[in-house]
Amino acid sequence: MSTGARVPPADALRPGQHTWRHAIVRWLFISVSLTFLAAVLLAPLATVFVMAFAHGVEAYARVFADPDTVAAIRLTLLTAAVVVPVNTVFGLSAAWAIAKFEFRGKSVLVTLIDLPLAISPVIAGMLFVLLFGLHGWFGVWLLEHGVSIIFALPGIMLATMFVTFPYVARELIPLMHQLGNDEEEAAITLGAGGWLTFFRVTLPKVRWGLVYGMVLCNARAMGEFGAVSVVSGHIRGLTNTMPLHIEILYNEYNFVGAFAVASLLTLLAVLTLGVKTLVERTGYRGH
Amino acid sequence: MSFRQASVLPGFGLTFGFTTFFLSAMVLLPLAAMVLAAGSMHWHEFVHVVFSTRALDSYRLSFGASFLAAAINLVFGFIIAWTLVRYEFPGRKLIDALIDMPFAMPTAVSGIALTTVFAQSGWIGRFLEPLGIKVAYTWLGVTLALTLISMPFTVRAVQPALLEVQHDLEDAAETLGAGRFYVFRRIILPTVLPALLTGFTLSFARAVGEYGSVIFIAGNLPMKTEITPLLIVIHLEQFDYQGAAALGFVMLVMSFTVLFAINLLQAWGRRRQLRAANS
Repeated sequence: MSTGARVPPADALRPGQHTWRHAIVRWLFISVSLTFLAAVLLAPLATVFVMAFAHGVEAYARVFADPDTVAAIRLTLLTAAVVVPVNTVFGLSAAWAIAKFEFRGKSVLVTLIDLPLAISPVIAGMLFVLLFGLHGWFGVWLLEHGVSIIFALPGIMLATMFVTFPYVARELIPLMHQLGNDEEEAAITLGAGGWLTFFRVTLPKVRWGLVYGMVLCNARAMGEFGAVSVVSGHIRGLTNTMPLHIEILYNEYNFVGAFAVASLLTLLAVLTLGVKTLVERTGYRGH
Repeated sequence: MSFRQASVLPGFGLTFGFTTFFLSAMVLLPLAAMVLAAGSMHWHEFVHVVFSTRALDSYRLSFGASFLAAAINLVFGFIIAWTLVRYEFPGRKLIDALIDMPFAMPTAVSGIALTTVFAQSGWIGRFLEPLGIKVAYTWLGVTLALTLISMPFTVRAVQPALLEVQHDLEDAAETLGAGRFYVFRRIILPTVLPALLTGFTLSFARAVGEYGSVIFIAGNLPMKTEITPLLIVIHLEQFDYQGAAALGFVMLVMSFTVLFAINLLQAWGRRRQLRAANS
């Protein structure tokens, strides 16, 4: 995604343009950009940590001694631990079918895979309420059999799976397509089986794209708010994920608590960006 | 032509089958549930929910603020992309990496942080307050949150397009006496216009559905600062599933219409450019 990194900046290459007018335009563009980014990006980012440590390190540490906070962190980790592998298997499968073969209706399939990105998270959560909620399609059947999905762990996982559904596939499809089939065809022709070819040829080829997709999927899975908020029921210590716990603490005016939990998710975001930058440096380029 | 072309590679049946099955179960079946729930309503019930004053006000805010946010990003996204592509300054690479922050940051965190910064006593809010500008808990705050979360789309769309602008054309034009603005209008703008439109579309689509960052800064007053996704949540909390499905259905139809219109506009622009290049 980052495109400015490896290209030398143009004004170093073009002599004779260092007139006063260019200097003013340059100064104007840089200062407008920096001011805008400082106001909407850096100030909120700094606020998270300033507010989290507003009453000192001890108050910050006390937040994580609260059992409800610990439960929220555990639930978020558990959800990501299920959702990311499932969507990774799906992404690999979709990329193999779409990038390695030519078939009718391929573009329709690609569009449908991207569909969850165009749908409001709230609507995503609602879809599962309509299916599994008390008045939903399977509501009565589920009640009779004592299975709870909505306001319980399965609903949270389903909603998270829906919103993070395209992330791995989106990274892998263009990458596999671009890298071509030559090595795989050679391996198969020489007698290697399908699985061996996949694990020994394809997977090493696309590993950085895969890592990138999984990291993005994980960040979204851990940070998802709207979709999970609809299906969770907000039961403290039970169905509260970290983002939902932040909302509850914030609405109780427990700002240190809210921003302390937020600071963990912010660190996760920074880590995600770090991995992204590293992966791009290996030569793999996002689209 | 058969369904698929022959290939020596194995695994098409397995992967295609799993992909379509999982897609149907996770995405298509739930969407069908929504369309059916909305469709099973009586016509006048549907109209009553979808065209109530409260719903209409929420569309105005959701779509209006999203449009405004996408427009703001059109301007600032272009300026930021230009700065990152054309100029060298200390911290450029760091800023380039930070652009994606709104994508990586959970929306609830962006929401509470923005609200704190722009509240009356906040770092920026305290300077706007004496000027009579209230951001937090007004439509301005909604627009601000939507601007932040959709900002990377325009920057990332425009950056590669700006790299494609041919410097020799610009230099030639300037040597021949063209002004900076003329060069911008005739050489730079046509090259980046499709990318700008793409960025606008993506920003808008993301902003319309946004929930997490907005509800903290909006204040959520019915008819004033209540976005459509929040209205859906309110219907769901009252166990009015059909009403929620109807609103969700309207939202999807409206956003797909806007996306479709912008795609048409883009196709028209491409054709016009081709004609201009051929004549």
